[in-house]
Amino acid sequence: MAPRNADLTCDISQTFPIPLEAHFSCRAGEVLAVVGPSGGGKTTLLRMIAGLTFPQQGQIRYGDAVWFDEQQSISLTPQQRHIGYLPQHFGLFPHLSALDNVISGLDHIPKALRKQRALDWLDRVNLHGFPNRLPAQLSGGQRQRVALARALAREPAILLLDEPFSAVDKETRERLYIELAHLKQQLSIPIVMVTHDIHEALLLADKMILISQGKMLQHGEPFEVISHPNDEAVARQMGLRNIFDGQVVEQDTERNMTTFTLGHELIVSDSAPKLTIGQNIRWVIPNQGIRFNTISSGRLCKSINKLEVLIESVLVMGESSRVMASVIDVGSIINADLPTHLVRKLALEAGVKTTIALKSDQIHILNP
Amino acid sequence: MDWQALWLSVKLSCFTVILLIPLAIFVGRELAYCQFKGKSWLEALIMVPLVLPPTVIGYYLLVGLGDQSIIGQWVEQLAGQQLVFHFSGLVIASIIVNIPFAVQPIQRAFETVPIDIRDAAACCGMSRVRIFFRVELPMIWPGVLTAVVLCFSHVLGEFGVVLMLGGNIAGETRTISIAIYDSVQAFDFDSAGMMSLVLLVFAVSALALTTSMSRRLGGHHGASQR
Repeated sequence: MAPRNADLTCDISQTFPIPLEAHFSCRAGEVLAVVGPSGGGKTTLLRMIAGLTFPQQGQIRYGDAVWFDEQQSISLTPQQRHIGYLPQHFGLFPHLSALDNVISGLDHIPKALRKQRALDWLDRVNLHGFPNRLPAQLSGGQRQRVALARALAREPAILLLDEPFSAVDKETRERLYIELAHLKQQLSIPIVMVTHDIHEALLLADKMILISQGKMLQHGEPFEVISHPNDEAVARQMGLRNIFDGQVVEQDTERNMTTFTLGHELIVSDSAPKLTIGQNIRWVIPNQGIRFNTISSGRLCKSINKLEVLIESVLVMGESSRVMASVIDVGSIINADLPTHLVRKLALEAGVKTTIALKSDQIHILNP
Repeated sequence: MDWQALWLSVKLSCFTVILLIPLAIFVGRELAYCQFKGKSWLEALIMVPLVLPPTVIGYYLLVGLGDQSIIGQWVEQLAGQQLVFHFSGLVIASIIVNIPFAVQPIQRAFETVPIDIRDAAACCGMSRVRIFFRVELPMIWPGVLTAVVLCFSHVLGEFGVVLMLGGNIAGETRTISIAIYDSVQAFDFDSAGMMSLVLLVFAVSALALTTSMSRRLGGHHGASQR
């Protein structure tokens, strides 16, 4: 069996059949989210870590153990790596009961212990009443928990989750988020979770890597990645829509401030990357950095970076509303998602002129 | 009713199924899961017996396995027995003619096993042999059953190839289809009708059983994958 509580290190690259390059590590007890659009190579990366497919070049290590090394011609099978793997559609064996599914992963322990351990794990995932049910007789959430019990009952070296919440309904998903968050505290193994949903990464992951078209665009803590995207490609992948042009007017490295233009308006950012006066830049502000104030309410924002805007449209989408506003005399369009009750309270509707404030600490200047 | 011919046909069907199905499972699995050069050609070759007239296949087998051929001479030296006009030759011919009927349903059945399940089985630590017996075989069972029934029924009704390669030797190569033909030639329509009815009832029963079991097994397993 593989040593427990070790770190996973992955440095791999390939050009065929799909290009893929990834260099990262995941520490024991840490959840690493692999985020990116469909077809970007996320699942391929997970299958490489599992040993289900092999990269052309590179190395995958678990602690001191080498799982894959193209130069030393080492490529351990999934069976040799001793992993827990939860595929996107759970991969339950349809002809076996929930209990037998969990027992199927326990060939490495004495036969007499298998049933009890499987029952214990079904209990731990709140499925103690369903050991004899076939997967077809279980709900999506229950199937997911059987698959999780099967993966964890093996006491794996690492846990690999491929879009673990994509095949269940919203209510089940919310409940499973909480269960996984609890489970994460109990497990001291690296957990790698593939997801296309940035909110899942923010909710559950300690670290994340962003992959698109086989390239690793950024690696870091989820909040850090979303608030400080490396470049425009990352910003767009993270769903940030408010990306604008600007020109540097002033920089105060002591106070860590940069002032630049948005049309004829001046914007201040609490960051001072190495720039020159007059340099053209691209900058971004996330949704949470935009504050709306109605003129009619009389509550003028104290912040700097106040802009007069005209509401172009308000699209109500249940509890959330998407507000599109143009900066008056500049023309730049700002998009913001606001709670619908706030939109109503502030009387935001198409044709209304109002003021917004951009939080200077949320404005991020993108690398060219 | 030629009971000897019926027994010979059943015996030929059993031998063909027992020898061909394991081979078809191996070939079907490789074709379903493996990518290799010349795969399309191999698949086309497997399908050839479906489109070639049985007499053409029979002719090539007669030439290829006859006492003038290398294989025929080698077998005769080894076993002291010719392949043509002998039961063993009929078995070989039946296997070759029935390859598409065995491989196709089994290959399709393997293709329906989701990759998630095969991946999960490997990650559960199961060996390849254990994955095959514990996961894949129970899931492809309807396909195997279809292949068994198709092959068995097809061998029972085989005429052209059997006649070309085995001739019409009572107790050795005269199958029920040839016995029906003989009866008609001899204007013994009662016997021909009885034997035809036996084949008809068997064919309908076998297909009904296959459809029913496939549906039952398919429904039993399929829902969990949705």
